Amino acid sequence: MTSVSTDDTARTYEGSQELTPRKGAGAAELMREVGSVLRMSEAEVAALADDQPTEDQTMILNMGPQHPSTHGVLRLMLELEGETVLRSKPVIGYLHTGMEKTGETLTYLQGPTNVTRMDYASPLFNELVFSLATETLLGIDGDIPARAQWIRMLLCELNRMSSHLLFLATNGLDLGAVSMMLFGWREREETLRLLEMITGLRMNHNFIRPGGVAADLPDGWRDGVLRVLDLCSPRLDEYDELLTGQPIFRARLQGVGVITTDEAIALGATGPILRSTGLPWDLRKDMPYLFYDQVEFAAVVGSYGDAFDRYAIRLNEVRESMAIVRQILDALPAGDYRIQDRKVTPPPRARIDESMEALIHHFKIFTEGFKVPEGEVYCAVESPRGELGCYLVSDGSGVPYRMRIRGPSFVNVQALPHMLRGGLIADAVAVISSVDPIMGETDR
Amino acid sequence: MSDAEATSGFEDEPVVDEAGAAAEAQTRFGVPATSSRGQQVLHPTRDQLVDLVRTLRDDEGYRVCIDVTAVDYLAYEAPRGLPPDVGPERFEVVVGLLALDSHERLRLRVQVPAADATCPSLFDVHPGTEGLEREVYDMFGIEFTGHPDLSRILMPEDWDGFPLRKDHPVGAIPVQFKGVQDAR
Repeated sequence: MTSVSTDDTARTYEGSQELTPRKGAGAAELMREVGSVLRMSEAEVAALADDQPTEDQTMILNMGPQHPSTHGVLRLMLELEGETVLRSKPVIGYLHTGMEKTGETLTYLQGPTNVTRMDYASPLFNELVFSLATETLLGIDGDIPARAQWIRMLLCELNRMSSHLLFLATNGLDLGAVSMMLFGWREREETLRLLEMITGLRMNHNFIRPGGVAADLPDGWRDGVLRVLDLCSPRLDEYDELLTGQPIFRARLQGVGVITTDEAIALGATGPILRSTGLPWDLRKDMPYLFYDQVEFAAVVGSYGDAFDRYAIRLNEVRESMAIVRQILDALPAGDYRIQDRKVTPPPRARIDESMEALIHHFKIFTEGFKVPEGEVYCAVESPRGELGCYLVSDGSGVPYRMRIRGPSFVNVQALPHMLRGGLIADAVAVISSVDPIMGETDR
Repeated sequence: MSDAEATSGFEDEPVVDEAGAAAEAQTRFGVPATSSRGQQVLHPTRDQLVDLVRTLRDDEGYRVCIDVTAVDYLAYEAPRGLPPDVGPERFEVVVGLLALDSHERLRLRVQVPAADATCPSLFDVHPGTEGLEREVYDMFGIEFTGHPDLSRILMPEDWDGFPLRKDHPVGAIPVQFKGVQDAR
């Protein structure tokens, strides 16, 4: 670890987590930012270092953590020459609450309440990936009732819609299209209202649990879903008219924050960032989970890897999600909404009244939790932001020995310096917005 | 229940031959291999790690390093799923790889002793591991040799200890009460 120098005004509390001033940044620092991604040789990087301006021509600017366009508490340190971004570094951790540590003290049934708060814009995906990992460890991943799996898909696709609508709103706001912000929030609110009707909560649902879902779909859910779908279709066309063809909007986004497929792969970026480069990588299609192999939809790809492609991908993914939801409405089978394995599912309410054993069993499941066989497993789903993974290690007790969530935002944020490099500071706002980071998931 | 089974679509799934798959991977990659719930796991040593990951990237199509994390096995006795020829250590660095063409995943579990908590950095092979390795350093205190910028990433700079180690208490901030002389 490098020691913290105190003589520099740009340095504050975070010490060596911050961007190194130029006089301390040599070829190694530049290598970190561009060289290794672009596979440059050491000599080329050294030449690049010689070609750089001196310290008195540049300034380091803090953007965030309290900047409206950083979507929470992302702090970017930008080194500027005039208006051009030379180097940058994301400083994160302002929202770190130790959720992985907390996860080691909660039972597998309590786990979803914890993970659902990580990516608060798409909480159901967190619950889903945690539940899938737990079920794989238990060995019941093949026995989950079909209806439960379809309900999970329904909720996740509705959640993907609300998450992408949130992106459209904030992306509009960041670029000055304030009416888009109001429209995006408006439609997102409709989907959240529907999720509230189904799960009881607008956010942090704790609805997808190991073994199935918490409850069956309520009366009138089908009408609610159809209402949202019918409402959103024409409004998405309105967004197209408002933004997609608009010259100012295109000029702000096209050619901004460009990344190539090889760079995105090298940086581990997934989701819309990877797809914007033209690689149709979508876990729902390429490594299907739930019943995604039984519905028809397209993996939306871009071709230039710029911020506009990422906007267009998310807009059209809302349409694809709506198409999936319509197919789910037709395909949803009757049956149980959770596994009837007494090991993980509490007995029905009626049995508790008449059976002492059922009461004891109910009590034990909610106090001690169920024991999970030893082992370690990694499961991944395609969240709106990319690959959301859960690595679980069980030592055979009722709580996970280690619960690791691989958040797509964390890795995607690390790709920011590469996308910002050489761009204008005004475009930095557009690039951050196009990555769509959720800081709750980045910091966990 | 029987209805659900009939429609779940899982009944055609072949029985995974875990031992057979592990033996095949062992000969293919030259390091001890196991299978955990049907998922391929390799157990390279720290010295083998970087070369193995590079070979996997260049020759086997594992082009994405999806995750780098660690586990502190202080409170969990061996063998914990390790093959007999791998000596268990306190820490384990877990690397997740993804092959985009063959749609396969591979997990590497690297044993890291507590006395010498270092591990070679994968930064030269997969630059995207930079932030992930910083997080492992921040949470477990495992130092990655060859990492260009090893500093804390989530915790404050002056934090004492490494939170995800098992000997780090869950509530580490002392509770202070007014008027109490010795607040913990």
